[in-house]
Amino acid sequence: MAHAEAHAAEAHAPQAFIWKYVFSKDHKVIGVQYYVTAMLMALIAGLLAMLIRLQVGFPEATWPTLGKLLPRGFSDGIMSPEFYAMLFTMHGTIMVFFVLSTAPVSGFGNVLIPLQVGWRDMAFPFLNALSYWTFLPGCIIILASFFVGAGAAAGGWTSYPPLSALQGAVPGSGTGQTLWIVGMVFFIASFTMGGLNFLTTILNLRTKGMSLTRLPLTMWAMLLVAVLGLLSFPSLVAGCILLLFDRHFGTSFYLPSGLILTNVPLLNPDGTPLHAGGSPLLWQHLFWFLGHPEVYILMLPALGFTSDILSTFCRKPIFGYKSMVGAMVSIGALSFLVWGHHMFVSGMNPYLGMAFAVFTMLIAVPSAVKVFNWLATLWGSRIQYRTPVFWALGVVSLFISGGLSGIWLGQSAVDIPLHDTYFVVAHFHLIMAGAALFGVFGATAYWFPKMFGRMMNETLGKAHFWFTFVAYYCTFFPMHYIGIAGHMRRIYASGRPIGYYEFLEPLQEINVFITRSALVLGASQLLFFVNFFWSAFKGPKASENPWNAAGLEWTTPSPPGHGNWPGEIPEVHRWPYDYSVPDAPKDFVPQTDPAPIGARAGGH
Amino acid sequence: MDHGAHAAVMESHWGGGVSPFAATWQKTMMWIFIVTDGLLFSGLLCGYGFLRMANTIPWPKQSAVFSIPFIALMTFILITSSATMGTAVGAARLGDRRTAVRFLWLTILGGAAFLGCQAYEWTHVIHDGARLYGPLSGSELAHLGVPRQFPAAFFILTGFHGSHVLSGLVILTITALRTGLGKTPAQGVEMAGLYWHFVDLVWVFIFTLFYLV
Repeated sequence: MAHAEAHAAEAHAPQAFIWKYVFSKDHKVIGVQYYVTAMLMALIAGLLAMLIRLQVGFPEATWPTLGKLLPRGFSDGIMSPEFYAMLFTMHGTIMVFFVLSTAPVSGFGNVLIPLQVGWRDMAFPFLNALSYWTFLPGCIIILASFFVGAGAAAGGWTSYPPLSALQGAVPGSGTGQTLWIVGMVFFIASFTMGGLNFLTTILNLRTKGMSLTRLPLTMWAMLLVAVLGLLSFPSLVAGCILLLFDRHFGTSFYLPSGLILTNVPLLNPDGTPLHAGGSPLLWQHLFWFLGHPEVYILMLPALGFTSDILSTFCRKPIFGYKSMVGAMVSIGALSFLVWGHHMFVSGMNPYLGMAFAVFTMLIAVPSAVKVFNWLATLWGSRIQYRTPVFWALGVVSLFISGGLSGIWLGQSAVDIPLHDTYFVVAHFHLIMAGAALFGVFGATAYWFPKMFGRMMNETLGKAHFWFTFVAYYCTFFPMHYIGIAGHMRRIYASGRPIGYYEFLEPLQEINVFITRSALVLGASQLLFFVNFFWSAFKGPKASENPWNAAGLEWTTPSPPGHGNWPGEIPEVHRWPYDYSVPDAPKDFVPQTDPAPIGARAGGH
Repeated sequence: MDHGAHAAVMESHWGGGVSPFAATWQKTMMWIFIVTDGLLFSGLLCGYGFLRMANTIPWPKQSAVFSIPFIALMTFILITSSATMGTAVGAARLGDRRTAVRFLWLTILGGAAFLGCQAYEWTHVIHDGARLYGPLSGSELAHLGVPRQFPAAFFILTGFHGSHVLSGLVILTITALRTGLGKTPAQGVEMAGLYWHFVDLVWVFIFTLFYLV
């Protein structure tokens, strides 16, 4: 783009507050809007998790103050079982879709894609803005479901029929479930618009010299996430359409005959069954065909951030760039062939289960490739211990510990006894939730200068990391033990004095420990919120390239202006990982440096 | 990668700075959107197949419910509209606005005729006792013993396809009016064409998988 055009872009930047920060079409503003909205949703979903843990840890306790704050969920200070079911349902839904699919993908994706591939904005800025303004109503609808009818959806984040398909099944199956479906449809529409932009921008709008093998691994992750989302979300849309028809128009897509609700058979006035011939398994197939790729939608950005952060702070090129890309591509491809491993207990043919188990095991190969590449990157490096690298190391740690339990659960023979126990909860909180969350925190500390033009506080950041890291393991690691001991997930109370399950009583002390750890985990997030808002407004001003990083995004001011680069978009001459190059004047060579030094300059 | 291969990439369209597909981002985005939208239909079609195979009541012979020659005529009309669309795109590319607009209106006519046939089809089937929740008891369809999923799948599949045809008609009308005023570039006509061909292709799958097999 010519100089004149670039200046025109700067001059065209909207000036009025409402067009500059609210209804903005600038990818950086939209990214920050997504990020902040997702973090506020995380705050709400985190509070829901605290309530869940209070109930599981202290089922006999009464909470008069909470009862006053949430009169619909408590009676005489005791949490109602219905409210408990709503809590874990909405915690899962909000965290998976509205936080961990949103903050790393829509948040950092929007901020970073044009900066890292070298363009003025996303391909279609208006569609990008529309995407955020579709996401926000989705958030409001999902949250509103707590306040309608008998309360929010309570059939689990997977919304299996018949709980989700019969209006009267449980209190949350009424309006709450309807709003769940509508909120999800808004979310998917917004994610689709974002995904179209991501894919088009990364494929079509790279600056000169930015070949695909010169993209940072974060960009490869965003590319694959967009592909996964665009290929898998339609399946959930189809599922939701059929679910809405079952709920409101009397069809029987998911509902078989012989349903009995509170001891009354569901019959037409003439005695024929109200529903017949449908299959609840259809929903499970449609849901998990999205559900498993969705897990990698959460994971892949964190893996990309980790690679970029480790390389920068180890001052070493990322080890095995092409195998990293290959690993992410194969994880993405395999994710479409493993949805059945969520359904091992659904009565599927054991041979089919075995096929799903084999594909699931195969995912361990690219995952291990990534871990060993990270370890090789770390090997012999002198790590600069700044906040982002702690989070990246945390991702590596969680990816290993969560991944190992994945190998257990991927085997149908092992999964069947462990299904629906706390072992599963431990597994996915370590790998999918934890690694993704740590990735988001690492990316926040690392790219904060490009978002707000300021640095985050290092002391608060490190304190936040250590509290979170220790409390996270204390919360979720013991769940492996109680899971193997047979503690079911999603149960309202395990032991004394309500004492439904005598064999769970000895585990109650572990539950109390988990709850205390969870409360520490929740409280330590305050450090992050304080650090975030204080640094965004009062933090020390950041220079163009505070980490001495080599990527293209560090060649523009912090924060970048409208149009991203003041002059022409720079041309790229190398990959973004040229650290500690022999014969280079500094210990990093920016991507824009044409000097023929380093392994990746002209040739390789 | 050896040096020669790297140089080849850098000199190719994949080296950055230009579109690797020799297509603008608008067209790339349209193609990606079509893939996504196509997968929505494949989700619905897979769901229909699942329920048909899992059903304990045998699926009826389609020719007992529908007039297959009539559906074939609808299909022919829609495919013909794809041909006129192709002509419109070709004319727009050559800068022949008059021909482009004329064939766009012919395409709209074909699409509207298809929707008219579908409305007739729905009326006919509803008259025979098809309801979303299943066959109306005592109706002709109930006599055939069709499972409840049969009319539901019919309404969902043809309904969603019909809504796509309708939105296609809106897009085509806007394109035709704007092309007449010289406001839509040839690429705009081409993108509307991509969408229209996609909608027609989806119908071919529905016709095959729901009406024929």
